[in-house]
Amino acid sequence: MTEVILRMRRVGRTYGEGSRRVDALVDVDLDVAPGELVAVTGRSGSGKSTLLNLAGTLDRPTTGTIEVDGRHLGDLGPRRLAELRRRTIGIVFQELNLIPSLTAAENVALPLELDGTDLRVARQAAEAALDEVGLGAMVDRYPDELSGGEQQRVAIARGLVGTRTLLLADEPTGALDELTGEAILRLLRSRCDAGAAGLLVTHDPGWAAWADRVVLLRSGRIESVTERSATPPTPAELRA
Amino acid sequence: MGIREGLLVLLADGPKHGYRLKGEFEEATGQAWPLNIGQVYTTLGRLERDGLVELDTTDSEGRKVYRLTKAGRAEVRDWLTRPVDHRLDARDELSMKLLLTLFAGVADPLAVVDTQRAATMTALQDLHRLKQETDPDDLPWLLHLDRLILRAEAELRWLDLVEDRLPERRRRPAAVHEPAETEEVTG
Ligand SMILES: Nc1ncnc2c1ncn2[C@@H]1O[C@H](COP(=O)(O)OP(=O)(O)O)[C@@H](O)[C@H]1O
Ligand SMILES: [Mg+2]
Repeated sequence: MTEVILRMRRVGRTYGEGSRRVDALVDVDLDVAPGELVAVTGRSGSGKSTLLNLAGTLDRPTTGTIEVDGRHLGDLGPRRLAELRRRTIGIVFQELNLIPSLTAAENVALPLELDGTDLRVARQAAEAALDEVGLGAMVDRYPDELSGGEQQRVAIARGLVGTRTLLLADEPTGALDELTGEAILRLLRSRCDAGAAGLLVTHDPGWAAWADRVVLLRSGRIESVTERSATPPTPAELRA
Repeated sequence: MGIREGLLVLLADGPKHGYRLKGEFEEATGQAWPLNIGQVYTTLGRLERDGLVELDTTDSEGRKVYRLTKAGRAEVRDWLTRPVDHRLDARDELSMKLLLTLFAGVADPLAVVDTQRAATMTALQDLHRLKQETDPDDLPWLLHLDRLILRAEAELRWLDLVEDRLPERRRRPAAVHEPAETEEVTG
């Protein structure tokens, strides 16, 4: 068996009770291995963010088990979970959560510094990550001096910086134009090709198709899983 | 369109022989449309018959070099300035399959939708991998892949829409429980 970084088994998440009860996630089995990018797609309300938040240890499942890097999340207390989030998990949220009083580079460096990385090293890693998302010239700007798309790229750099092995992104291409979105996906893809395990949540099948596997959710259940062909078409076969 | 229009456009750039036309055609289309030399000479023969090209010279290696006639030049101008008429693609196989399924009631249209969605998603994943492996400077091939990718995305969107419009869709279980059902279930 291949090792996996994320393993979800029969995971369910229910919100509310009685007539307000919503089964946001039902019986989900999902593995993500190093080197793999997996996309979760589906309509609005199908449970994508719920799944990502569970994988990111920001929420606990109602039923089932989740393992990250070999550790059962159910066995870990808040402190160990926070440590896991800082060291192992990189998250790009649907909401950006940038700190307004910190520059772009300081925002990106923050999770590394919190984890005890030397300030200079953290700063260098942050600048490199910002450079990769095309913001090399804006490292000293504050969030309110950046456009919406640029802020989104800062949030992405912050989520992907460092050596974290489980990368989670919730609609990271949301407000971005096609080519900027492509740059972000290339970055995520290259992190996975370099050995990270990636989980990309997007309602847009066009972005989902960047992944090795696409998991389609419907009403909280996995409806289908598609993989790339074992023998992809050659350019000549794609003739007009 | 056929290779006919392609050869005419390339000849508008100056007289050329068949091998050069073949090479340029493949380069221009990012190798997306390989030709064999027989097709090229057959097409040139037809264009000559129709008065759109004529023999310019025979080069030192004995290859026939063609050039556009005045009528050929007009044909190129006409083709390049005319928008592509997609109404001609109206008999799309997937549309036909779904419409006929709905009409005849011989199969579950949602099954047709689901099968196609999975196949198109796989195709889209393959296209993206090819694009990721493409040299960013290979513009013709990138543009062609973009076109194929967006066509596949449009198909996926259309399949979602088909599903939303089908009355059967409403019978699929929703995430929200009916109150009667939740009584015996404990959170
Ligand atoms: N905190 C919450 N309380 C109650 N219901 C919630 C909560 N979060 C999500 N839901 C519900 O769970 C379902 C799945 O939501 P979500 O995971 O956000 O879907 P998606 O990200 O695919 O749009 C929806 O029906 C949503 O209304
Ligand atoms: Mg969401």
